[in-house]
This record gives sequence, C-alpha cells and structure tokens, in this order.
Amino acid sequence: MNNVLVYCELTRSNHIADVSLEICTKGRQLATEMHGKLQAVVAGNNIEHAAKELFPYGVDEVFVANDSRLASYRTLPHFTVLSKVIEQQQPDVVLFGATTVGRDLAPRISSYLRCGLTADCTALELGPHDDAKSGKHYEQLLHQIRPAFGGNIIATIVSPETRPQMATIREGVMKKEILDANHQGTIIPIDLGNSLDAVDGAVTILHSDIVEKNINIKGAPIIVAGGYGMGSKENFQLLHKLAHMLGGEVGATRAAVDAGFAENDRQIGQTGVTVRPRLYIACGISGAVQHRAGMDQSSKIISINTDPQAPINAIADYTIIGDVNTVLPMLIDSCNNILK
Amino acid sequence: MSELKIVVLAKQVPDTHNVGGDAMNPDGTVNRAALPTVFNPEDLKALEMALQVKDRMPGSHITVVTMGPQRAAQIIKDSCSRGADDGFVLSDARFAGSDTLATSYALSQAIRQLGKVDIVFCGRQAIDGDTAQVGPQVAEKLEIPQVTYAEELCAVDGNSIVLNRRLADGVEQVRCALPALVTVTATAPDCRYPHAHRLLRLAKEEVRFLNADDVNPELERLGLKGSPTKVKKIDNIVLSHKESCQVDATPEALSQLMATLSKEHIIS
Repeated sequence: MNNVLVYCELTRSNHIADVSLEICTKGRQLATEMHGKLQAVVAGNNIEHAAKELFPYGVDEVFVANDSRLASYRTLPHFTVLSKVIEQQQPDVVLFGATTVGRDLAPRISSYLRCGLTADCTALELGPHDDAKSGKHYEQLLHQIRPAFGGNIIATIVSPETRPQMATIREGVMKKEILDANHQGTIIPIDLGNSLDAVDGAVTILHSDIVEKNINIKGAPIIVAGGYGMGSKENFQLLHKLAHMLGGEVGATRAAVDAGFAENDRQIGQTGVTVRPRLYIACGISGAVQHRAGMDQSSKIISINTDPQAPINAIADYTIIGDVNTVLPMLIDSCNNILK
Repeated sequence: MSELKIVVLAKQVPDTHNVGGDAMNPDGTVNRAALPTVFNPEDLKALEMALQVKDRMPGSHITVVTMGPQRAAQIIKDSCSRGADDGFVLSDARFAGSDTLATSYALSQAIRQLGKVDIVFCGRQAIDGDTAQVGPQVAEKLEIPQVTYAEELCAVDGNSIVLNRRLADGVEQVRCALPALVTVTATAPDCRYPHAHRLLRLAKEEVRFLNADDVNPELERLGLKGSPTKVKKIDNIVLSHKESCQVDATPEALSQLMATLSKEHIIS
C-alpha cells in the first residue's frame, strides 16, 4: 500500500504534540505524491478528542488504541500497538518524531520488522534511486536526509528493498500547517484483545517529575539570539530587552547555554531546537555549522559580530560589525523610536 | 545476595568533536585515518553504571563487547583497567558496511553466546552516528525490555533494576524486570579512572577476538547484505553566500535598518 503512517505523540494534557502535527503536515504531502492515504496511530487513555485534532492536517485514517495501560508512554505497550497496526496496514512509509519517545520506539520497531530506519532527519523527499551494486532502478523512494558526523556533512539515506521505509524527524524542521479545517477522516479503534497483558508488567513508572516547557522559542516570530560572544549572563539582559520590544523570544547557542548565559530550553541548533522565525538577530554568534543547522531557514537574518570573517555573516541579510554591547543599546534605542 | 551477569556494549569512535581540516576526503567521504579515536563517551558512562551494579552486588561479572577493527582491542583493555572482568572484539570483514540493524544483529548474536545475561548496558548513542538505534534494536533481538536514557542507578537486585531516566522535559523513575537492556545518557556519572596496576598487567595480555562464525549468525543478516539502509549521497555543508548588506554600527544606520524592517512588516 502506498500509505504514509505517522506515530503520534500526546502532550501531558492529552493533545496531539506539535512535533506529530508537523510530521503529519509533511506526511500529507508525501502521501498525496504517492497517491496514498495518510494514516496515524494514537495510543493513550481517553484520547478520542485528540484523534480528531489530526483531521485538519489531512489525516485520512486515525488508528486509536484506548487503554489505561497506554496512558504514559512505555516502550513495550506502545510497541505492541504500533507493530500490530503496521503489520495489518502494511504502509510504505512510517514516520516518528525524533523525540525521546520516537527514538525509543522506532528502532525497536525497525528491528522487529527488519526494515531500514534513519534517525533525526531534517528533510524528506520522494525521488528515484539507482542502486549501483544491484543495478536496479527505483522510481520513487523516500530520500531521508540528515546531518551526520557531528553535523559536518549531510547524508541522503534510502532503504530500497525493505518496507516500510522508516524515519524519525527532528522537532521543528517541518512546518505545521492546516490543510483544511473541514477535512474529514475516519477513526478506527484498534482491537487490542489481551495483547497488552503480557507486556504490561516489564516496566513500572514509579515517579515522574516532568514539567511542561514554559519557554517556547520554536513558535516565536522573532528571535534575538546570543552566543558566547555576549560575554556574560548580565549582557544577555540586553537580548531580553530587545526581544521583549519586538515581541520575540531569546535564543542561545550551545556555547552560551554551556557557559550558563541562558537556559537549556533556549538552545538553538543541532542539539537544541530548530527555528524558522521571520527575523533572527544573531548577537555575538560566530555561526558554527551546528548552530546554523538550527536557524538558517529564518526569513531574515541580522548578524552583529566583531569579526567580519565570522561564518554567520555568510548567511546574514544584514551584517553589523561591532561589539554587541555597544551595538545593542543603539539598536534598542532605534527600535524605541520606530515602534512607538 | 545474588550475582549478576552483565554485558557492556562499547564502541571505539572517531573523535568528531575534534574534527580537523583533513577530516574529509576530497570526494566528501570521511577520512577516518585522519581522526583520533576515543571510547564513545556514553559507552564509558554505561561501563560506570555497570561497575556501580557490581559495587552493589559483588561477585557480578562484567563482560565488555565491542565490534570493530584490530585497534578496537584498546576498548577492551581500557574497560578492564577500569574494573570490567573481561571482554572481546567482534571483528570480521563480513561485518563491514553494517548499518544499525546489521550491527545490532551481530551484537545480539555475540551476547547470545554468553548464555544467560541479566543486564546489557550501552551508551544511548555514539558520537559518530548519533542514531541511538543499536540499543533498542539489540533489546528487541534479545526479546528483553529496554530502559533508554538512564542517568542514575537507584537500586538493583536479582530481579529488577530501578533507574532514573533523563527525558527532554524532566526525569522519570522506572523499575524494570530483569533481564533488560539499559542505554545510558550523557548526564550520567563519569566513569572511574583506570587502575595503574591493572593497566600494567593488561599490557601483557592478549585481547580475545571473535569472528562472524564464532557467533553463529545467518550470514545474509550481516554487513552490507544485512543492512537495509544505503547511503545514497553525502554532501559537504557549503555556505551559500547571500548578498549580505553591511550596516554601519552607528545610530543613524541602525535606525534606517529598523525603518526598513518596519516598512517590510518584519517588525511591528
């Protein structure tokens, strides 16, 4: 079957997680190109309403497993549900978020089905493939594109001979877009029988200390980001001031987070989140490839840096050469004048 | 008190955090010869967690398994100098080109040769691939539960292990029945140092090597043949030079920039 199936994650409050909606948006595009259906799997407890949240994103069929033993994610119960749906439906492509859940579940599924899996994709495309070794030609394979080797190279991976073709996709790299608010799909309950009984006992969650993130840089239209060149946590206050005036959020490089200038949740780049704001102001950021991977899709980029040769300048629309601690106050002043 | 049989899966990796200018061949492939190798950092933390289990349950036995070329023997010596009991290198040209699926198959076959194993520890992921797939895949092949992203050992006995897992948004404590596979994450404690006297003794010892035949595999599941994923293309990251507009660091020039952005409705 030419179908694309997405394993959907739930938030603590039992809504479909953003990362899954992003992947469904991409999945819709792929399914249409493949002349197939977009299918989704949702497993949890009391989740009928959550399943309906998927339809506007173009999902045709939602397979729903409703059981109290599925309420908090545990590998084996969710593995049991998903492997059952895949074996029944035989989709051509299966996609997961490259989250702590997706990266736990997807490899176990790929091992069980003995199919190929590519981790942490940043792009997916359909395209032909000529296998040099076998001489075989494939008309339409999933090109799974990911940074590799510490972010120094970009690899395109294909799984020509095994099905489904599986990939985990980084959070924030696909755009979440409603296809049609009135799109109607079907909810299909999964008959679990007694299949959870055997796997329920292996892992018990004793305690969980989970906080919903209160910083959301992913959705911010404007990001003012600081690097190690900001010099101190105090200097980061300038970024907060500018971001506040522009209605944006403060982001940071890994070096700045490691130095304690900013919270973990603000980290942008290969090991942080990927952002695509309308405006990205990079302050004291040299622009290592790992950082650029998380922000180079921004519509407009301004770079403020003392080093004219900084790699960030090569992708900036506007470059300001100067010390952040003198330039930022001036920028804040001019914003004050323009925006009042 | 019972004694546990523990396996640690470890990998020798190129040090991607110290990549020099000669790390890439002109054709875009990785020049492994130009890279120093290291004990994959999270595997070293997995070894530490195994040693902590042994601290709590003296008499437990730790075997370190690695797959790689001849020089990967260093991983076994290093592990033993830190307190592992023994180990071996799985090395064979027939493993070449393995993706994570073929790798996990070979490793799981090697573990099967050891008889009853209570806990398999490994790092969450290796720094040269960052896929985090081999751990869960080995667990599936051995048909045992997995606990991923472990950062702290809380309790262990002959029947179960209690671990804190580091998730993106917090910590979760789980109890898992044994046998089980545990992947250890970067926030777990660092590994203890090697003992000098052990290092000296080990310098004279030969590291044991196993080849494919020793682990009794289905040959078509090994190496390139057993790997469903193929690398279609490798691109070096090239900075696409945009037409960058230089703005002077003066109040006038900056005001003009802000005015332009405002006119283009980028800021408002």
